[in-house]
Parts: sequence; structure tokens; C-alpha cells
Amino acid sequence: MSEVNSEAKQGSMEVFFNGLVKENPTFVLALGMCPTLAVTTSAVNGLGMGLTTTAVLVLSNAIISLLRHIIPNRVRIPAFIVIVASFVTMVELLLEGFIPSLYSALGLYIPLIVVNCIILGRAESFASKNPVIPSIFDGLGMGLGFTVALTAIGAVRELLGAGEFFGVPVINKVLGGISSMIGREEPIEYVPISIFVLAPGAFFVLAALTALQNRVKRKMREKGQNADKIQSGCSSDCASCSDGGCAHRFVDVDGAPGSVADAKKE
Amino acid sequence: MLDVVKDLLILMISSSLVSNVVLSQFLGLCPFLGVSKKVDTALGMGGAVIFVITIASGVAAVIYKVILERFDITYLQTIVFILVIAALVQFVEMFLKKYVPSLYQALGVYLPLITTNCAVLGIALTNVQKNYGIGFSIASGLFTAVGFLIAIVVLAGIREKMEYNDIPESFKGMPIVLITAGLMAIAFCGFSGLL
Repeated sequence: MSEVNSEAKQGSMEVFFNGLVKENPTFVLALGMCPTLAVTTSAVNGLGMGLTTTAVLVLSNAIISLLRHIIPNRVRIPAFIVIVASFVTMVELLLEGFIPSLYSALGLYIPLIVVNCIILGRAESFASKNPVIPSIFDGLGMGLGFTVALTAIGAVRELLGAGEFFGVPVINKVLGGISSMIGREEPIEYVPISIFVLAPGAFFVLAALTALQNRVKRKMREKGQNADKIQSGCSSDCASCSDGGCAHRFVDVDGAPGSVADAKKE
Repeated sequence: MLDVVKDLLILMISSSLVSNVVLSQFLGLCPFLGVSKKVDTALGMGGAVIFVITIASGVAAVIYKVILERFDITYLQTIVFILVIAALVQFVEMFLKKYVPSLYQALGVYLPLITTNCAVLGIALTNVQKNYGIGFSIASGLFTAVGFLIAIVVLAGIREKMEYNDIPESFKGMPIVLITAGLMAIAFCGFSGLL
């Protein structure tokens, strides 16, 4: 409990930057990466997915925090799921009405935000224990951290896989500039590694990312710093969301362990 | 009749191999990466996934056709499906524990991992999107889950072999598994020529 109290005392800005940098959900906590990989084929899609998730996260964090004394502990997971699913449905309908291009690009992955580890995880570990204002800032920080990460992954995949950055063929422009500088008549053309915008590319980008995490973690350990906070991507048994809602049972049953994480501790 | 058989065959190949649930749609990655250290446990997980997804897509399809479509409230599908699926998984778990202990022994530990699995919800939503009937929804759920079983067992087989390989320090653990999955995804791209 002491940890919760100290978290509650933090200023809103601190909570915000905590989500954005120190506990970035994607690069540090490796939360909710997996299903969103499918839509990060370009920077724009990554940005769209990230902002959609942020909107849902902020709204659901606010409502769950407001209702935190009303929701009975035993049925909190279904209650959280209903709140999150309602906001996801609203956001989905709004996107369909106002940004149809993004709606068709994200497709099935918009309703799947409901099962994103980040949202239930923050509901369970932050919003259900803290007042409204910090919860909103927590949602904003975590959501924007997620957005930055998804945009970065999308940008890398787009750059390698299509030679473009936000739809602008930057590589060919640079190569064209270089060719005219060295006086070639036919500009050098970039041949895109199209595997990076296909499904396998997502796995390779995520592999590179987790390898980088491992390296940072090793360096930190060598220097004697605490690197426990960094979790490697999609690690074992959904353990990356062990403090969140993912691995929890729907309704706590007497005698049954409350979650997979609890079962492991026992 | 022949048309139905033909459609079912196409559905089988497309949902289990061509658009494989993990390798091309990224659904259910958590159990795919987490429970694939040994072939035995991978088989158990695959079995549990087949069991849950087949039942869940059937139930979701019935609810969609009987309740949501009749009362014209299909926009509630996400909320209804996720609640039904989460409750269903826990109900199945309790039912198996009480009445079919042998099956519970084999699958029980994996069931909580599937509670809010995106694959289950994803398939229920895809079935609605593609406008499948109840029978086809169940078939599509079953075949998709079989695709999951194939992918996770193959990955587990490779990981067992990889155990003693010399892997660069930073790539030990998850990164090398992700690269393996990526290579498998390339291989599965080859199936797209089947249809």
C-alpha cells in the first residue's frame, strides 16, 4: 500500500512524464505491443492507432477512477471491461463517421483495443487506486508514450518497406539529390524491402527492439543500476501484464487464485 | 451441397494456413510466445485454444444472429462479445473442473490465459464482418484455432532444437523467438499461392 500512497502524492506532471518516458508502455514495459503490430505498417497508421488508444485510455481511466469506490472488488474486471468496451465502441463509431480512411486502415484492430493490456492494466494498477486528475494524466502520459512508440515503429517499417516517411518518398528524394550532385543522368532508385510492411517485418522490428532492450538492460546491470523495470517484449505467459487485467480471472471465485500471477507466486 | 463443401475447404485452407491467426494477423501472440518452450505444453495450449475459440465463436454467432440483429443493436457487438467471451471462458473452466476432470487436467492451466485473449474476440468479430452464418462461424473458429495449433507446435519444435545453440547475448530469450516467428511468417506467406 505504501507504494500506492507515494504514487498518489506525485504531481500530475510527474505522473504524465512517468508514462511518457520513464515507464513508456511500449519500450520499457512492453505492454500491449502484440496486436497493434499488425497496423504499424506506416507512420500514419501507428499515429492513428496510438491516438485512438490514448483517447480510450484517458476516458476509461477518468471514469474508472470516478467509480473506484462504487465498483465492488469482486466484479471489478467485468465492470472495467464494460467501461472500456463502451468507450472503444464510441471511438469506433466516431472514426467511422469522421475519419473513414483511418477507420478502414485500422479495421478489426479498433475493437481489439478492448483487450489491449495497457488499458486494463492501467485501470487495475492506477485508475482504481488514485483520484481523477492524476488518473487522467496517467492515461495521457501512457497513451502518448504508446503513440510515440507506435509511430516510431511505423516510421521504421514504412521507411524500410516503402522508402517513405509519412507518405513522402524521402529516400528517393535524397538519392535523387545525391545523383544530381555527382552528375549521374539517371537517378539512383531505392528498392524497398517490402517484407517490412508485410507481417514478417513486424516480427523482425519487434525482435530488434527487444534485443535493444536486452542490451540496455545488460549495460545497466553492469553499471549496477536496477533494470528490473524494463521488461522484454511479450514475455512469458502474458507476464508483462501480470500487474494488469489481462491475466486476471473474470470474476474472483472463492478459493480460486485471482490471477495467473497470483497462481505463480503460490 | 457440393458448393458448401467447396466453401468449407476454402475456408479451412484460408483461415488455418493462408491468413494464419498469429503469423499474419498477430492475434494471440501472448500465448504463442509465452507457452511455446516445449512441444507438450504447446499441444496443451493449442488444444485449449481450439476448445475455447470453437465454443466462443459459436456462442457469439448465435447471440449476434438471435439477439443483436433482431433488435437492431449490432453496434453493441464489441461490448457484448467481450463480456460473453470472458464469462464463457471462466464458465467452461469451472464446468470442466467439476464434470470432466481429465480434460481439466490437460487444459485447465491454460484456460485463464485465454480469458481476454485477442484471438477469441478477433475471430468473433471477423465472423460478423464476413457475414458468416452460425455453422460457418463455428467452422471458421475451429479452423483458425487449428492454424494457431499448427503455428505454436512448429515454433515449440524449433525452440526445443534452438535450446543449445550459440545465440548472441542480446538476442537471447524473446528476440530470437521473434526472429524465428518472423521466418515462419515468411514461410507461411508461401501458402497464399494455395488459393
